[in-house]
Amino acid sequence: MLEIKNLHAKVDGKEILKGVDLTIRDGEIHALMGTNGAGKSTLSNVIVGNPKYEVTEGSITFNGKDMLAMTPEERSYEGVFMSFQLPVEIPGVSMTNFMRAAVNARREALGQEPLKATEFLKLIRDTQKLVDIDKKLVSRSVNEGFSGGEKKRNEIFQMAMLQPTFCILDETDSGLDVDALRVVAEGFNRLRTAQTSALVITHYQRLLDYIRPDFIHVLLDGKIVKTAGAELAKEIEDRGFDWIKE
Amino acid sequence: MKSEEFASVKQNSNEYVKQVANEQYKYGFTTDVHTEIIEKGLNEDVVRLISQKKGEPEWLLDFRLKAFRYWTSMEQPKWGHLVLPEIDYQAISYYADPTSKSKNADGKPKEIDPELIKTFDKLGIPLEERMALSGTAVDAVMDSVSVKTTHTKALEEKGIIFCSISEAVKKYPELVRQYLGSVVPYRDNYFAALNSAVFSDGSFVYIPKNTRCPMELSTYFRINARNIGQFERTLIVCDDNSYVSYLEGCTAPMRDENQLHAAIVEIVVMENAEVKYSTVQNWYPGDADGKGGVLNLVTKRGHLRGNNSKLSWTQVETGSAVTWKYPSCVLSGDNSQAEFYSVAVTNNFQQADTGTKMIHIGKNTKSTIISKGISAGRSQNSYRGLVKIGAKAEGARNYSSCDSLLLGSHCGAHTFPYIDCHNNSAIVEHEATTSKISEDQLFYCSQRGIPTEEAVGLIVNGYAKDVINKLPMEFAVEAQKLLSVSLEGSVG
Amino acid sequence: MSAEQSYISLYQANRECLMAASPEVMNTLRDEAIAMFAQRGFPSRKVEDYRYIDVQQAFEGKEQYSMPLPTLPLNSSKQGVITLNDASLLNRYYSKIADNEDAITALNTAFTHECICIHVGKNQILDHPIELTDTFTSDEDQMEHKRIMIVLDEGASAKIMLRYVANNKTHILTTQVVEVYVGDNARLELYELEETHTSCTRFNNVYMKVGRYANVKHNNITLFNGLTRNTIKATLVGEFSEITLNGCVMADKSQVVDNNTLIRHEVPNCTSRELYKYVVDEQAVGAFAGRVYVAEGAQKTVSEEVNQNICASSDARMYTQPMLEIYADDVKCSHGSTVGKLDEMALFYMRQRGIPLAEARMLLMQAFVGQVIDEIPIVPLRDRLHIMIEQRLKGELDKCVGCARCK
Repeated sequence: MLEIKNLHAKVDGKEILKGVDLTIRDGEIHALMGTNGAGKSTLSNVIVGNPKYEVTEGSITFNGKDMLAMTPEERSYEGVFMSFQLPVEIPGVSMTNFMRAAVNARREALGQEPLKATEFLKLIRDTQKLVDIDKKLVSRSVNEGFSGGEKKRNEIFQMAMLQPTFCILDETDSGLDVDALRVVAEGFNRLRTAQTSALVITHYQRLLDYIRPDFIHVLLDGKIVKTAGAELAKEIEDRGFDWIKE
Repeated sequence: MKSEEFASVKQNSNEYVKQVANEQYKYGFTTDVHTEIIEKGLNEDVVRLISQKKGEPEWLLDFRLKAFRYWTSMEQPKWGHLVLPEIDYQAISYYADPTSKSKNADGKPKEIDPELIKTFDKLGIPLEERMALSGTAVDAVMDSVSVKTTHTKALEEKGIIFCSISEAVKKYPELVRQYLGSVVPYRDNYFAALNSAVFSDGSFVYIPKNTRCPMELSTYFRINARNIGQFERTLIVCDDNSYVSYLEGCTAPMRDENQLHAAIVEIVVMENAEVKYSTVQNWYPGDADGKGGVLNLVTKRGHLRGNNSKLSWTQVETGSAVTWKYPSCVLSGDNSQAEFYSVAVTNNFQQADTGTKMIHIGKNTKSTIISKGISAGRSQNSYRGLVKIGAKAEGARNYSSCDSLLLGSHCGAHTFPYIDCHNNSAIVEHEATTSKISEDQLFYCSQRGIPTEEAVGLIVNGYAKDVINKLPMEFAVEAQKLLSVSLEGSVG
Repeated sequence: MSAEQSYISLYQANRECLMAASPEVMNTLRDEAIAMFAQRGFPSRKVEDYRYIDVQQAFEGKEQYSMPLPTLPLNSSKQGVITLNDASLLNRYYSKIADNEDAITALNTAFTHECICIHVGKNQILDHPIELTDTFTSDEDQMEHKRIMIVLDEGASAKIMLRYVANNKTHILTTQVVEVYVGDNARLELYELEETHTSCTRFNNVYMKVGRYANVKHNNITLFNGLTRNTIKATLVGEFSEITLNGCVMADKSQVVDNNTLIRHEVPNCTSRELYKYVVDEQAVGAFAGRVYVAEGAQKTVSEEVNQNICASSDARMYTQPMLEIYADDVKCSHGSTVGKLDEMALFYMRQRGIPLAEARMLLMQAFVGQVIDEIPIVPLRDRLHIMIEQRLKGELDKCVGCARCK
C-alpha cells in the first residue's frame, strides 16, 4: 500500500527527516513512537502533502502511484486520511457545508454523481450514530469552540464519512482522558476493514492497548532506528527511549 | 467599590493634588554662563553665519541654503491633533554658544567652563573623564554647541567614531557628506527643512564593520539660553555586522515662553547590523496652567538598508508642551526587523501627537509597534502611525498594539493608525484600547495602605512595563521615576 | 473649465426647471448649497476624509450625462409610510443633519428635486420590512442626485432595505444623501445593498441622529459595484442608545469601495459597535476609515470596532484607518484591524479532506464575510444574502458575463 524510501524533508529551512524508510501493506497497523521533535508529525504531514513541508530527497508511493506528485486533495481521493493532532478551527464554515464539499469532491474525483441533499443528510445521520457523535457538533462551525475530546471525535466522524483506506492518527491520544480515548479508538476499530491500514503516532502505550499494532517503529532524529512487534511499546513505556539510542 | 470608600480615596487624592501643585520640574534651573548668542531672526545671512561660525565646507553651506530656500516656500503642517502656538521664527535666535569664552583659535574650548561642568553634574552627567559614567560615553550638548564628549579615546581604539556632528564635519567630511540627509532629506517636511538650514550640534556615530560597540553611547541635550531654538542633528551609521546602543536625554529650564526644539535624527543600518535607540524625553513641559514649555518638533528616521538589519526605537516621552514626533523605519533590506516601543505621558496642558511609520519594502520584513499613551489633566495625547506594506514586500508582517489610559475627565486620548497594504502575502494586525485607570486597582492599593499618588505611579509603571523593559537598565530606573513624577497631581 | 465649474454651469442652466418643480424648502437651500460647493470644490486626496479616492476624477466629464428633470410639480400625498416630498416632514427635517460643508452633499442639495420620505409615527411598529429598490435602467449615460429621509418618531420601529441595482452597461453617476432621524425608544434596522455595475459611480452620504434608548442597526453590503463611496455619520444625542454599523465588501476587477464612518458619542451611557469586513481581489481597492468620537462628558461609553480584511491577489490594495478620538475618561473603547490572507492551516485541513483548493478558498472567504451577514436579525434576508455571497464568489453574479464593456 504505502512505500516510503529514503525520505528527507525540511520545514522552515531545517532538515527534520533524514532518510526514512517505511513499508505498510494492506491491512497492517503500524505505530510510530519517538521523542518530541524526532520528526513524527513531519512524517505524517509530508505523507498527506502539507505545503509547509519540503521534500528534498526520496520517494513515497501509494498503491504504486507517485504520491509526491499529487496535491493534498488528490492524495485524499486515493484514500489517505489524517486525523490531525490539533484540528484547526474554521469559524463560519458549517460542518455540514464542509462535509458536503468534501464528500462530493471525492465522489466527483472517483467519477460518481454528487449526493442529493436528502442522501447526504441521511449519510450524516447514519454516520453520527455509527461513531456516537453529538448531533449539535455537526450543526456548528468546523471545530469551532469544540473541546479537545470533541475535536478528536469529530476527526473520527470525518473518517467515517470519507471511508479512507489508509489512516494516519497523529497523536490522537494527546489531551484525551481515558474514556474519550476509548471512545475514539473504538470508533476507529469499528470503521476499519480488513484492507484498512494505519499509521498510529503516539507517545504512550495506552492508545496501543486499544489499537493493536502489527509493528512498532521508533523514530529518533529523523530516522527510524528500531522496528519490532507490539511488545516494544511496553518496553518503551518502562525504559524510555534512551536505551535505543545507545 | 462602595461610594463612600471611593469618596475617601478621592479625598486623599485631592489633598495630594494640592501638595504637588507646588512641586516643580526638577531640571528647571538655569546656568549662569557667558553665552554668545547671535541676533534673533532667520534669513540667508543667518544661515551663512551659522555655517561660518562652525567653519563649515562649501557643500554644507550649500545644503543649508537649499534647505532654507525650500523652507521659505513651505507652510507649517496642520494635520497633527495639536494646537500649536504661533511660532514667530523671527523672534528666535538660531545660535547660542555657551563655550565661546574659553575657545582657542581652532574653535575648541581650552577648558570647560566650571559652570558647565557643574550644570551637567547637577543633571547627573559628570563630564570629567575620571568621573565619567563607566560603560557609557556621553556627548553633552548645551544650546547650539557640544560641550564635551567622553570616552572618545577608548572608542577610537576600536575604530568607532563618536563625536559632535560639528567635529565630524571637520574630521570625517566624506562620511558625513555621504549620509547626511540620506534618510531624512531636507524636503521631507517643514521642520526637517528648517533643521537642515540651521542645525547646530548633535552627535555623529560611526560603527565600522564587524564591531560591537563596547559601551552605550549617549547624547544629553540641554537648552539653557533664553529665546533660542535648539536644532539638534544626529547621524548614526552602523556598518555590516555591527551593533550599537544609543541613548538620548534632554532637559530645559522653566521659562514662561515656549522654546523651540526641532531635531533630526538619521540612522543607517547596514547588513546584519543592529541599532537600538532609546530616548527619555523630559523637556520642560510648561507649568500647570499651560504656560511655557518646549515645542518638540522632531523628525527621526532609520533606514534598514542591509538584509537582516535591525532597528529598535524606544521612547519615554514625559516632557515638552507639544510633542510632534514619529520615529520611523524604512525596511528596505530583506528580513530586516524594526521595533517601536513608546510610552507617552501628558499632564496639565501638554499635547503629544506621536507614533511611528513602518515602511515595508524588503521581503519578509517584520515590524512591531507597542504604544502606551497616558493622559491626565487637560492634556491631549494621540498615537498616529502608518504601516505601509509595499507591493514587493512578500511575507511582510506587522503587529501593532496601542493602548491609552485616561486619568481624569478633561483629558483626551486618540488613536489614528493608518494601514496601507499593497501585498497579498502580508499580515498586518492592529489593535487598540482606551480605558480609564482601574478604580478596583486603585482601591486594592489603598486598602493595602498605599497612598493614591503612589498607587497611580505603580499602576502606570505596570502598564508601561513592556516598553520600560526595553530601555537599558539605568535609563529604565530613571524612566520609572519620571512616569510617576509626571503624573503627580493627575488623580482627583 | 474645471470640473467644479462645469457642475456649477449645469446648475445655472437647470436652476429654473429644478425650482419650478420642487418643494419650497428644497429651493431655499439650493443657491446656498451651490455657493458652498463652489467655495469648497471637490475634495482632493489631501482632505483627510477623502484620501483614498480621487473625487474630482470621479466626477470629471460626467456633467454631460443626461439628468432626469422634473416635469410637473409634485404634490405630497400623505398616505401610508412612504411618500414623495412630504411637505410637513421636509419642513421639519430637510437638510437639518446633512452636512453641506461636504462638497458632495452640497452638490446633491443643489441638484436634488425629490425626496423619498419614510415616516413611521409615534409607537407605530412596522411588521414587515420595507424594501426600496433603485434600479438603473437608462440606455444613455445618466447622472442622478437622490435624496431619502427616514424619520422614526418616538417608540417607532422599522426595518428598511435600500437596494441599488444596475443591470446594463451605461455609465451612471449618483449622489445620494440619506437623512435618518431616530426618535427616543425607536428601533431601526437599515440595510443598504449594492449590486450595481462596474460603470457605476456612487457617492452615498448617510447622516443619522439617534435619540434616547434608541437602537439602530445599519448594514452596508457591497456585492458588486464600480466606484463607491459611502460616508456614514451617526450622532448619538440621547443617553442609553445603541448603534451598530456593520458592513461587508466583496470587490474584484478594478472596483473601488471606500467606506468612511463616524460615530459621535455626544452623551453618556451609549454603546456602539462596528464590524466591517472586506475581501479585495484582482486589482480592486478597498478603503475603510472608521472614527469613533467620544465627547467630553460622554462617560460610560462603550465602543468596539473591528475591521478585518483579506487581500486575495497581489494587485489588490487595502487601506484601513480605525480611529479613536476620546475626550472622556470613564470609557471602554477598542478597535482592531487586520489585513491578511486566508488561514493556511484551514486551507490545508480542507484539502486533506479532499476539498479542492479553489473551493476551500471560496468557503473560507464566504465564511469570512458571512460573519457580518450572520448578525442580521431578519432570517430570510440573512439566508438570501448568504446565497448571494456564494453566487458572487462563484462568479454567478458576475456582470462581465455577456457584457461587452468590461473584460
